[in-house]
Amino acid sequence: MKAKFRISNFQFQRSVNGYKILYMIAKKHIDPFIWLAVSSSIIIIAFILFPLIEMVAQPSFADLMDTIKDKDVISSIWLSLYTSGTAALISFIFGTPFAYLLARKNFLGKKIIESIIDLPIMIPHPVVGIAILSIAGQNHWLGQIMSSIGIRIMGSVTGIIVVLTFVGLPFYVNTVKAGFEAIPSRLENVSRSLGASITSTFFRVTFPLAWRSMVVGLIMCTARAVSEFGAVVIVAYHPMIAPVMIYERFTAYGLKYSQPVAVWLIIVCLCLFLLLRIFSVQKKHST
Amino acid sequence: MIRIKNLSVKLSGFSLHDVDLAVEKGEFFTLLGPTGAGKTVVLESVIGLIPVEKGRIYINSKEVTSLPPEKRDIGIVYQDYALFPHLTVYKNITYGLRYHQINGKEPGKNLSFIIDRLALVPLLERSVINLSGGEKQRVALARALAVEPSVLLLDEPLSALDPNFREDTREILKRLHIETGITILMVTHDFTEAHFLAQRTAVINNGRIEQIGSIFEVFHRPATPFVAGFVGMKNIFPAIFNGNKAQIGKLAIKTNSHVNGSKKYIAIRPEDIHVSIEKQSLPERNSIKGAVSKILNHGFYCDLCIETCDIKFTAIIPSNSLVTMNLAEEKSVYISFDPADVHVL
Repeated sequence: MKAKFRISNFQFQRSVNGYKILYMIAKKHIDPFIWLAVSSSIIIIAFILFPLIEMVAQPSFADLMDTIKDKDVISSIWLSLYTSGTAALISFIFGTPFAYLLARKNFLGKKIIESIIDLPIMIPHPVVGIAILSIAGQNHWLGQIMSSIGIRIMGSVTGIIVVLTFVGLPFYVNTVKAGFEAIPSRLENVSRSLGASITSTFFRVTFPLAWRSMVVGLIMCTARAVSEFGAVVIVAYHPMIAPVMIYERFTAYGLKYSQPVAVWLIIVCLCLFLLLRIFSVQKKHST
Repeated sequence: MIRIKNLSVKLSGFSLHDVDLAVEKGEFFTLLGPTGAGKTVVLESVIGLIPVEKGRIYINSKEVTSLPPEKRDIGIVYQDYALFPHLTVYKNITYGLRYHQINGKEPGKNLSFIIDRLALVPLLERSVINLSGGEKQRVALARALAVEPSVLLLDEPLSALDPNFREDTREILKRLHIETGITILMVTHDFTEAHFLAQRTAVINNGRIEQIGSIFEVFHRPATPFVAGFVGMKNIFPAIFNGNKAQIGKLAIKTNSHVNGSKKYIAIRPEDIHVSIEKQSLPERNSIKGAVSKILNHGFYCDLCIETCDIKFTAIIPSNSLVTMNLAEEKSVYISFDPADVHVL
């Protein structure tokens, strides 16, 4: 009886004015902010998942099977993975020592260097493509040197890798830098006091503790590179990476033809990232 | 042996000025000071982690000022243990052995001795992550001692431990020092630890050494007002001296020392001040009338603030005296102290 009365009371209050509702909620010890937070979370998750699920669900199974038998589709997805993976590898080789430097040393102009690293994230994608072309063309001395030793950027796999490294590098460097920063430098100090040089300290202490963040950095960098369209389309429309092919099929044939390629690209990428994640977590348990 | 000569270090917002220290071979030496005094900066300069602006550092008569940490032959134990979390206890302890194999000489021959002495045998195959604080500290000690360094540096090794572990570890440190005879430089802010462990000590404040001497000397004959405060003399007053009399404002206090011109302060331990309700008829003692201005009860004892002629004295009395003397704030009392207990700085 008491509960029933409360509900009717509640409805009455609501019809009177909104402040009273908030008052009632507060009286039941649920802060209105909790309602706001929970409902916002639901809206955001739905906003992200709904279009993706619809896109994956709309193509028929037969369409998907037909698409994956298409040689052009396979080669474009492979090219996407290959170029993104290479970009990640380059980021790993050059980015790891750089991230270590940023994490461990304080020097004049460090803030500026850190902002420079973030530039590729800020710059509009087509602008990146145009910037790369402006040093790779015949009118620029660097372009002339490169063409004289047989390196071509415009419309080549090399060009795609250059662009993808440009946009992916910040994600690798920032992730790995945070990973290094999480390791107390006292561990390295102790290692050196025990007789290990800087190099042995890196391989015996820092790397074993930081490699998981490197895996995450590689995933972030690859993911960013796979998704690049705007910069690549300016530097190299052909050979065709998957996002360019999706765009081409969309403009030439419409939504129905572009969806299956997109679905396959998503499936392949998710599988790869999942594998990497599982691999790195399993290792964690065994140590 | 550690010898630090005129060491100056400049960091952003902090600097060391002309620090001069010598730790003898086999000695247990503490560097005492409050947080931010520069203790850790001295330690890190000895390890070789901080660029030295001026001065020299010697370890066993060998100059190491410009050597990297791995060439200095130093062991270090940090307050937060700094164990390698990806290695087992045993691998932590034996981490440095491979760098100390010198032509045929058996490395780590004292390894089993150390592991045994620190009671680490049952822990060897465990991960270091789930050890207790005391166990972690013992592993850190074993790791540092396994490579038989010339000197051992301890950075507040007891501060992070629970009180009961702290006493155990303190015992272990003392015993290990006696058994191995290693030279130890320990940094701490706790005078009790220094009292228990060390033979000599240096007190540092604001990047400058205030006093160096035996524990007894520093405790009983502090050289500066800062050191006096640090070793618990709560009554420190600027004074003008006239013969064996010290004048603080309107108050004249008898001292035992005939003072030369360089002294500027007197200091009295709070436990040396006697509090009574009646005036005591002992003419050779200083006897002053005052009023209780504050009572701080610590349980077994309490701090009593007594104000007289705008001067605040602090005395320590057992808590039960509060009741027997029926003390309360603003009650007037007599304080008295022996001229021999008046330290002149």
